[in-house]
Amino acid sequence: MNHNMVTAEQIREWLAEVTDPEIPVLTLEDLGVLRNIQEVNGTWVITITPTYSGCPAMKTMEEDISVTLKKHGLDNFKIETILKPSWTTDWMSEAGKKKLFEYGIAPPVKPTANKKVLMGISETIICPRCKSSNTRMLSQFGSTACKALYVCDDCKEPFDYFKCL
Amino acid sequence: MNIQEALLEYCLRLGDNSLIIGHRMSEWCGHGPILEQDIALINIALDHIGQARNWLTLAGEIEGKGRTEDDFAYKRDAHQFRNLLITEQPNGNWGDTLMRGFLFDTFNFYLHQILQHSKHEGIAAIAEKSLKEINYHVKYSSEWVIRLGDGTEVSHQKMQDALDNLWMFTGEMFEADEVDQLLLEESIGADLQQIKEAWNDHVREVIDEATLKIPESNWFQKGGKQGRHTEYLGYILAEMQFLPRAYPDAVW
Repeated sequence: MNHNMVTAEQIREWLAEVTDPEIPVLTLEDLGVLRNIQEVNGTWVITITPTYSGCPAMKTMEEDISVTLKKHGLDNFKIETILKPSWTTDWMSEAGKKKLFEYGIAPPVKPTANKKVLMGISETIICPRCKSSNTRMLSQFGSTACKALYVCDDCKEPFDYFKCL
Repeated sequence: MNIQEALLEYCLRLGDNSLIIGHRMSEWCGHGPILEQDIALINIALDHIGQARNWLTLAGEIEGKGRTEDDFAYKRDAHQFRNLLITEQPNGNWGDTLMRGFLFDTFNFYLHQILQHSKHEGIAAIAEKSLKEINYHVKYSSEWVIRLGDGTEVSHQKMQDALDNLWMFTGEMFEADEVDQLLLEESIGADLQQIKEAWNDHVREVIDEATLKIPESNWFQKGGKQGRHTEYLGYILAEMQFLPRAYPDAVW
């Protein structure tokens, strides 16, 4: 492929194939992990940011980006990780939040983590299965670092809540 | 000591705190009292290990000798570790672990709150990122201290015992040495006195609500930040470092 033809928009389009390995309905862009695509001296620099410091999915996402770009014939690229500005659930797109809900994971409800988190009160989370607001938290820490475990007192189903960060 | 040397020490202290308490908490994997709490502790352990990776990578960049996060984690002996003594204390019972977590998390929270404004960009970035996770740690451990302290007669007594046993390891957190002073003057490091006041307020508030009593003793253990550790660290390293020492070139 003639690399002069490649644009950042094109790369962004290709990367729309790459999803979170734990939450396959979310693309890296929906998640807000994909920060920037920029050409620097003939090399495409793809900048990503981790959701949680210890997120084990980050390595997989990097590899998936690499595989996807190579599949489209791009080889002059590198992937860089930045920490600042740090990822929060604000970086997740509205489309992403909608997809999460439809997938059965309650999306983050507030713009950012409660600043009074030291002794905070938990928010009302809508059950993604029956839409009831009669839910309660079972555990602040769920199946992955980014989720809390809730249960619905109407349909009695447990569900994941993508917690605010 | 120049600034670069102090920075390296500082990052090792932050990284080692996270690495060692993260390792300790990971020992609970499969042993939690119920599944949700087992998962909770392991989630927190994972946050700590992730933060340790960031700090130790930064330490390697500052040192500039090509050492990686793995070199720091696996190829140092106990006297080269810079973690606070409280982080290496044994898990004990559930209450011991949560009390240790509470005393450390509260310190860690205020430390990172200041460090996110550090003049050093690398430190500020990692601190800002980590703080969002530590928010959840301190909330979790505070809630457990209250629930168990103000719980049954047995849980109350166990929490009081845990507090009495761990108290002597809290003074070290606020003891500034040459590294702390140098970096404070440069607006890179945190003012430990400022943290001590905030720590005292939160700890006393929670301990009061938990109907527990702060020990009266003012005698504190110290030395972790300078590499003088309790006997427990060696056992942690023996387990943590076995594989990379037995099979030095092993890769995933």
